[in-house]
Amino acid sequence: MRYSPILIASAAAVAAFASPASAHRQWLLPSTTTLAGTSEYVTVDAAVSNDLFYPDHFPMNPEQVTVWTPDGTVGKLENPATGRYRSTFDVKIDKAGTWKIGTQRSAVMGSFKVGGEEWRVGGRGRPVPAGAAGAPPRSIATVAEIPADATDVKLTEIQSGNYIYVTADAPTKTVFTPTGKGLEIDPITHPDELVSNEEGRFRFLIDGKPAGGVKVTVVPGSKKFREAEQAQELTTDADGVLSVRWPVPGMYWINASASDNKPSEKRASERRMSYTATVEVVAP
Amino acid sequence: MTTSKVLPALPLLAPALVAGTLATPAAAATVSVTIPRINVAEYHRPYVVGWLEPVAGGAARTVFVWYDVKKAGREPGTKWLADLRTWWRKGGRSMQLPADGLSGATRAPGTYQIPLPANLAPGQYVLKVEAARETGGRELVSLPLTVPVKKGGSAAGTTELGAITIR
Repeated sequence: MRYSPILIASAAAVAAFASPASAHRQWLLPSTTTLAGTSEYVTVDAAVSNDLFYPDHFPMNPEQVTVWTPDGTVGKLENPATGRYRSTFDVKIDKAGTWKIGTQRSAVMGSFKVGGEEWRVGGRGRPVPAGAAGAPPRSIATVAEIPADATDVKLTEIQSGNYIYVTADAPTKTVFTPTGKGLEIDPITHPDELVSNEEGRFRFLIDGKPAGGVKVTVVPGSKKFREAEQAQELTTDADGVLSVRWPVPGMYWINASASDNKPSEKRASERRMSYTATVEVVAP
Repeated sequence: MTTSKVLPALPLLAPALVAGTLATPAAAATVSVTIPRINVAEYHRPYVVGWLEPVAGGAARTVFVWYDVKKAGREPGTKWLADLRTWWRKGGRSMQLPADGLSGATRAPGTYQIPLPANLAPGQYVLKVEAARETGGRELVSLPLTVPVKKGGSAAGTTELGAITIR
């Protein structure tokens, strides 16, 4: 099966919103998370694949990536390139402190009917291949385009973030300042000072409040070189705190997901949120 | 460190007082660190750091750090200080380098004597020595220490560090 560039881009977009049941994982992999001095670069791989961090499926689009500097201002991404299986880009880490690099998206998706015919909202509908027989794709991009005579409006708000954190010299916490919207992390142990013989602790917030019962998947990379993936399915405690023991040193993919019925879009009935991060856990 | 300046005058004092003075001061403690000779085709002198961690908790105190202090430009010698990963996390990352009396150039294989700080508060400490070598390995050696130092101690690495001795 051949894919057009548009299809590849939409497949990556769908994966970003994928439910936990889907094994396709979107990941960012930094060359390092800890730097001495402010004259270094970090180079990052970005892809969507089943196994971490083994690019064999689709690249991520580097244009979707944002860089936040330690003072909270937006930084610059350099040398973006997209390959068949993964994209890469560089970030010059020229300020001391902790940087946040990643994707952040918010969308409303769903369906409605006009005159008995079903329409789709947002990017989740399957585009009909060009030249295919049958009806044209009945879909619109945004909620604002839903016609007044629409019935059976079923909408879901989707918020997702996927990040890496890179620290030059001493770590800082400005990039973790909660916005109070959606699923966020308020680290107790800083993501750039994790050690395999110490427990990692992270508080999860929904709309700025500690979120208990959030399901979190923690997966170490390099499954290829072990018998088992060693993924952990964990849940945050009543204070929203996730405690993680690391089976091996290495890079880990952390993915938290939650859903509720408090979307910010009034016409949506449900909100689905996900938070993803890649962290480095060093040997003691 | 004032003790060493005082010492030459001590023979003028009563022998009993001299003995008492020598037995107590923390400043008399010295750590000796051995960098082993390693037979490899491409050898670079290791970055080595020593620091003290109070057992009761509190900030780590760097005693010495040897790195490439001269290399400047696009890849300054400070770039690889983070490879001393445990020290970096315990406080190296917050230090201004070079630091007077603490930092110095990398050392060739051999044994080196480093005086411990004279103004250490009495208590239990752990001396940690960490070495990381370009194209080589990394090793961390720990050695418990009580201040004032009455009894020395010794530990040894197996790859990047030789004997570490407190006297």
